Amino acid sequence: MKLTVVLLLSLAATSIVGTIIPQNENPAAYFRAYGEFVYKLFDLLGIFDMYHSWWFQFLILLLTINIVVCSIDRLSATWKIVFVKNPKFNLSRFRKLSQKEVFDNKQKPKELVKVYEPFIFKHFGYTRAEETDKGLCVFAEKWRWTRFGVYTVHLSVVLLLIGGLIGSLFGFEGFVNIPEGEKVNNIRIRNTGQLRSLGFEILCDDFDISFYDNGAPKEYRSSLTIIEHGKPVYKKDIIVNDPLRYKGVNIFQSSYGKMPSDAPSQDKVPARDSPGEITLNFTSKNSGKKYRIKTVIGKVVDIPEGLGKFVIVEYKESAEFGGQNIGHAYMGILTPKGKNPVNIMLPLHFPNFDKMRRGSIVISIAGQKAKTFNAGKKADQRYYTGLQVTNDPGVWVVYTGFIMMIIGILITFFMSHQRVCIEIVKSGNKSKVIVTGTANKNKLAMQQRIKKISDQLAKL
Amino acid sequence: MNSSVLLSITTFIYGLAAFLYIASWVFKKPLSGRLAFWVALIGVAGNTAGIIMRWVESYRLGIGHAPLSNMYESLVFFSWTIVIIYLVIERQYKNAVIGAFATPLAFLAMAYASMSPNVSDRIQPLIPALKSNWLIAHVISCFLGYAGFAIAFAISFMYLFKQRDVEGKSNLLSHFPKPHVLDELTHQMVMFGFLFLSIGIITGAVWANSAWGSYWSWDPKETWSLITWFIYATLLHARMMRGWYGKRIAYLAIIGFMAVIFTYFGVNYLPGLHSYGAG
Ligand code: HEM
Repeated sequence: MKLTVVLLLSLAATSIVGTIIPQNENPAAYFRAYGEFVYKLFDLLGIFDMYHSWWFQFLILLLTINIVVCSIDRLSATWKIVFVKNPKFNLSRFRKLSQKEVFDNKQKPKELVKVYEPFIFKHFGYTRAEETDKGLCVFAEKWRWTRFGVYTVHLSVVLLLIGGLIGSLFGFEGFVNIPEGEKVNNIRIRNTGQLRSLGFEILCDDFDISFYDNGAPKEYRSSLTIIEHGKPVYKKDIIVNDPLRYKGVNIFQSSYGKMPSDAPSQDKVPARDSPGEITLNFTSKNSGKKYRIKTVIGKVVDIPEGLGKFVIVEYKESAEFGGQNIGHAYMGILTPKGKNPVNIMLPLHFPNFDKMRRGSIVISIAGQKAKTFNAGKKADQRYYTGLQVTNDPGVWVVYTGFIMMIIGILITFFMSHQRVCIEIVKSGNKSKVIVTGTANKNKLAMQQRIKKISDQLAKL
Repeated sequence: MNSSVLLSITTFIYGLAAFLYIASWVFKKPLSGRLAFWVALIGVAGNTAGIIMRWVESYRLGIGHAPLSNMYESLVFFSWTIVIIYLVIERQYKNAVIGAFATPLAFLAMAYASMSPNVSDRIQPLIPALKSNWLIAHVISCFLGYAGFAIAFAISFMYLFKQRDVEGKSNLLSHFPKPHVLDELTHQMVMFGFLFLSIGIITGAVWANSAWGSYWSWDPKETWSLITWFIYATLLHARMMRGWYGKRIAYLAIIGFMAVIFTYFGVNYLPGLHSYGAG
C-alpha cells in the first residue's frame, strides 16, 4: 500500500517535469535552450520524450503490477464475503454499536415481526428473523455486491493501460499534406518521419476555409475521396471533429496551408513520392561536393561529412530580409557540429542566398531558378489540406475502460453494503424496539438512514 | 442590460453574501447568516439568468453556442456550481459557518472573471476544434469536479483551524462543525470531485480523439489534470486503506486544490520553446 502511494506520487512528480520541459521539440531548439552538456544529459535520460522513456514506462508497469497483485490478493477475501449462501449476522456486534434508535411498542414481538419484516424487505431485499435470548430479531441487508466496485475501477485502469499499449504497438499516427486535386497513397509517421503505405489512395477534391466576421477561422473542410484499386469507393467532407473512417484508418482535418504554384516541390522535382516534399542541395565548402537530400517540413536531416543537422521549420509566403519582402521562402534551422544553431532562410527566388552566410555548408532548394521577383504581385496559390491519419486498434479497449471506471467509481463511492438489525425485546406484554445498522462506507449517512428507518417503523 | 452587466452585478451579490456569512461567523449573528443564505440564493438566480442570457445573446450574434467556451464563461460556471453545492450542504448540515469559507471562493472566481484584464468577457465565435458536444460535457464535468475540490479545500482549512483548538477555547471556532464532521465533509467533497474530474478527463479524451485522432497526447494541460487526479487518488487510497484521517487528509486536499488551480491557470505560464515553428 505504501508502494501505491509512492508510485502514484512519483508518477505525479515526474509528470510535472514533462510539462516544464517541452516535449518532442526539435533538437536544435533544445540545444539552444540548454547548452551542450545539459542537452546531452537530458537526451540520455529521454527527458525530451519523457512519457515514452524506459523509466517512465517502467513506473507505469510497476503501478499496473501493483494494482493487479493487490487486487487479486484481496479479491479472494471479498469473494468469500460476497458469495455466501446465508449471510452471517453477528448480533453482539450490532449490540455494541454506539448509535441506537430505541422506541416502545404495545404489541408483542411475534406480531411486530410480522409487520416489520415485509416493510424492511421492501427496502433491503434480504431479511431474516431469528430468535434471541431476549426476544426476536430481524436482520436485513442490501448491496453486498458493491464490495466489488473497487475491482471494477482497478480493472478499468488496467484496461486503459492495455488499450494504450495495443495502440502504441499495433497502431500508427501519421500525417500527410495533400494539395487540392491531388491524391496520395502513403503517409508519414509522426516522430520517425517514415513513409507508410495505406493500401488505398486519398484524393483531396477540394479544401475550403471559412471565416467569421472578426477574421477567426470558422470551418476547415476537405472533400475527400477514398480510391481503392483505381475506383472511388467512399466520399466524405471532413471537418474538425468529424473525421472520415475507412477500414480502421481515421482521417482527421488537422491543418492547412498554401502552396506557391511555382514552388519547386510542385513541378520541378521529378518522381516525387509525397507532396510537400522538398529536395535540398547541400554544398560543402571544404570538399566542394554537392549532396541532394529529400525532406519535408519538420524532418531533421543529417548533413553529409558530419557537418551537422538541418531542419525546415516553416514555409512563408512573404519572407522579409533587411526590411524587404523577398517572397516565398522556407525557414530552417542549421545546427553545425559543436556549434550553436542558426536560423536559415531559403528564398525561392534567390538560389544563392545562403552563400552570403559564408558558412562551411551552403544550402539551397533543388531545382530552383533565379527569377525576377515582383513583390507587388502575388504568385498563384492553391491550398493543401493537412490531414492526421491514425489507426488505433486499442481504442475500444480504452473506451471500455472509461465506461467501467465511471460505473466503478459510482459504485465504490456512493453505494455501500448496508446491514440493519431490528431487535425486539420482550418487556411484559409490550416490546422495546432497538434499531441499529452498519455500512462498509459512508457511516454518517448510514446513521441518518437508521434514524429514518426507525421513525418509519415507529409509525407502523 | 446584457449578460456581462448582469454577471458583474452577480459578482457584487456574491461579495455581499460572503461578507454576510463572514459577519455572521465572526460576530455570531445567526440573522446575518440567514440573510446571507437568501442573498446567495439571489446571486445564484442572477448567475443562472446571466448564463442563459449569454447563451441567447450568442445566438443573436449568429454564433450560437453553449456559454462554456472560454476562460470567462468557465469561471462564471465554476462560481455557479460552488454556490449551489455549498447551499445544498448548508441545508443538509444546518450550519452557515462553512459559507464564510466557501462563498468567498465563488466571489473571487467571479471577480477575477469580470475584472481581470486577462479575461475577456466578449462572446467569441467557436473555432473549429471547439465545436463538439463532448466539449460541453467535458467543461461541465470538469468544473463540477473543481467546485467539489474547492469546497473540500475550504473545509480543510476549517478543519485545520478547528483541530488546533481542542479545548474549545477560541470563540471564533465554537460554531464550526465538529472536527469529524468537517473531515467527513472533506472526504465527501473529494469523492464528488473525483467522480467528476474522472468524467471530465474521460470526456476530454473522447473529444480529443474525435478532433485530432488521439485520445491522449501528454500536453501540459492534460498532464496536469492527470497529476491532479493522481493526488486525489492518493488521498482516497490513504484514507480508505491506511485510515488516514484529519490533518493529513486536509493537507492533501489543499495540495490537490493547488494542482487544480495550476491546471487551470498556471499551465499557460509554463515555458515553451514555441518561439518559432508555430508559424
Ligand atoms: C491509477 C490508479 C490506481 C492505482 C494505482 C490503485 C492501486 C491500488 C492498490 C495497489 C490497492 C491495494 C493496496 C493494498 O492492498 O495494499 C488499492 C486499493 C484500493 N483502491 Fe485503488 N488504485 C487506483 C485507482 C483507484 C480509484 C480510482 C479508486 C476509487 C474509485 C480506488 C479505490 C481503491 C479502494 C477502495 C481500495 C481498497 C480495496 C480493498 O479494500 O480491497 N483505486 N488501489
